[in-house]
Amino acid sequence: MSGRPIFTRPARLAAIAPYLWMALFFLVPFGFVIKIALSQTAVAQPPYIPVFDLTAGWAALKASFAALAAENFRLIASDDLYLSSYLRSLGVAAVSTSLLLIIGYPIAYAMARLPRGWQPVAMMLVIIPFWTSFLIRIYAWINILQHDGLLNQMLLTLHFVSKPVVWLSTDTAMYIGIVYSYLPFMVLPLYATLAKLPASLTEAAADLGASPLRAFWSVTFPLSLPGIGAGVLLCFIPIVGEFVIPDLLAGSDSLMIGQTLWLEFFTNRDWPVASAIAVVLLALLLIPLLIYERVQRRQLEGRR
Amino acid sequence: MTGADTSAGAGALLLRIDAVEKRFGGFTAVDKLSLDIKAGEFFALLGPSGCGKTTLLRMLAGFEAPDAGRILLDGEDIAAVLPHQRPVNMMFQNYALFPHLSVANNIAFGLRREGLPRKEIKARVAEMVALVRLEGLEKRKPDQLSGGQQQRVALARALARRPRLLLLDEPMAALDKKLRESTQLELMALQKRLGTSFVIVTHDQQEAMTVADRIGVMNAGRLEQVATPRRLYEAPATRWVAEFVGDVNMLEGRVERRDGGRLIVATTAAGEVTVAAPSQPSAADEICIAIRPEKIRLSLRGPVDSAAQAGALNRLNGTVTDIGYLGGSTSYKVKLDSGALLTATMANIAKLDVDAYHVGQHVVAWFSPDDCVVLER
Repeated sequence: MSGRPIFTRPARLAAIAPYLWMALFFLVPFGFVIKIALSQTAVAQPPYIPVFDLTAGWAALKASFAALAAENFRLIASDDLYLSSYLRSLGVAAVSTSLLLIIGYPIAYAMARLPRGWQPVAMMLVIIPFWTSFLIRIYAWINILQHDGLLNQMLLTLHFVSKPVVWLSTDTAMYIGIVYSYLPFMVLPLYATLAKLPASLTEAAADLGASPLRAFWSVTFPLSLPGIGAGVLLCFIPIVGEFVIPDLLAGSDSLMIGQTLWLEFFTNRDWPVASAIAVVLLALLLIPLLIYERVQRRQLEGRR
Repeated sequence: MTGADTSAGAGALLLRIDAVEKRFGGFTAVDKLSLDIKAGEFFALLGPSGCGKTTLLRMLAGFEAPDAGRILLDGEDIAAVLPHQRPVNMMFQNYALFPHLSVANNIAFGLRREGLPRKEIKARVAEMVALVRLEGLEKRKPDQLSGGQQQRVALARALARRPRLLLLDEPMAALDKKLRESTQLELMALQKRLGTSFVIVTHDQQEAMTVADRIGVMNAGRLEQVATPRRLYEAPATRWVAEFVGDVNMLEGRVERRDGGRLIVATTAAGEVTVAAPSQPSAADEICIAIRPEKIRLSLRGPVDSAAQAGALNRLNGTVTDIGYLGGSTSYKVKLDSGALLTATMANIAKLDVDAYHVGQHVVAWFSPDDCVVLER
């Protein structure tokens, strides 16, 4: 190593750009959310106290700080409604992500095994649904799943059922919607990992006596774990906070945390509690992220 | 170079490739090719890229199925046997080491598939590690190894199952020249010690000549010639082989007359040339004469004939046009007065040899009729 720095000055400036971005568009707003979470609800505009007024002078500001309290967090911890919402969100995300992995892996595997010329076509087919508005696609599912919708018509015509099945407003409908919407987020990172694996690795496995199934489990699968990790995170985290799909497709008997948050915010107009829910949610989601990061770092270190 | 014409350990027939054909769409990669390989033989498939040598190797490994023909291993047709059920192992060009497994686990991979007891696997891995001298690196991952070490792991992994036949696809292409040369010698020693038949695919003729007992030269899906390295070089069977293996001067002409064991050939670019008649006289009169550059000597006035060889040598007058100093030898381009351009290579035996000739100098290029190879055009 020579004494020369790796980054020249402009390059070092470029390196802090993402941190600036994070500070400006994540840390600062998140600071606001934490502050609101520590406030109390009030019939006012904005609907909470205290309100920080920088023009009112030092003493007033200090009084405002003193008025902040963790009351809302205590409420969230004590009320079963919130706990069950969190648990349901994690459960739904876990089930959905498992389904996505089971459905997405074979799709990505097949794509990676296509002739080179066909792979971009397959990728387009995965991405094309994005060209239609997400909401419209969910409404289309309502159309398909409703009492006299496409699905029931088909089942009745084919005599699989004798009377219409209730699909809409069930967990099944919600899972269909979630898996449908998030599939590309699972397929694309998996495909990117699998397509990079040289075909000679599976050939070498076969040459050394591994049946195709054995070669998959001993070579292809372990080497696709980074793609699985990325796909699982890309799906699991946004599904935990999902609001639209459960709101439109699932029943109203049990709520996901996104729906509870929406209720607090818009129906109850309780901004502080809604903010506290958001803060706890973020803390929950940081856990899988940290685990993933640690695993990746260990892999990198093992390679060195 | 392997000097002996008899192939070492000439054992029983191990592999018979019988009229094997492989087409990709309209392209014929391997064209009704037949070849026998003996037990314990080190055989090289040599050819330019795209000649079908890798396709042939992949058919032996089972990654491609022949469209026609049979592949007999110990008399048993294995053309339809899946790769994981063949007693054949392959060393891949880019090694194809499993990046998530340690050196020891890479080597043990094939042994585990055989269902060997744990103790035996451990012993065999240790044996292989010692064989390729990788002691102390067992726990490393492939990307923590140098290119040469990776190559050894690939070799050990392919040999661990004790295959009847080891296939090597350009095994040294990724190594630098010095390492390649020492690896070639090690590979030869290893092969002789194990007695396993090796089939190596290479486009590097030096490598093929160094390691192999016999070489099959492939061109456009066919074998042009199968011979020992020496026969391949000194007695190429076709013009294509003569031009592909080593450097050669090619003179086209027609047979003028026969004089005992000699042919007098009127060449288009070098006048009359006397050559030794081939043992199997060909019907064609339109022929070409191949002479290796090191068989042509230069001198200022031509050699003094001894009584026995009076008039027997070919002497061609010309001018030196280019001199390439290669260290051990010097390559001279000579423009003959009759128009042809010859290359003559002479060993620099004494320091003074280097300055023997200069560009523009008139010289006599001379060579023996016995050093010429007569080939069909």
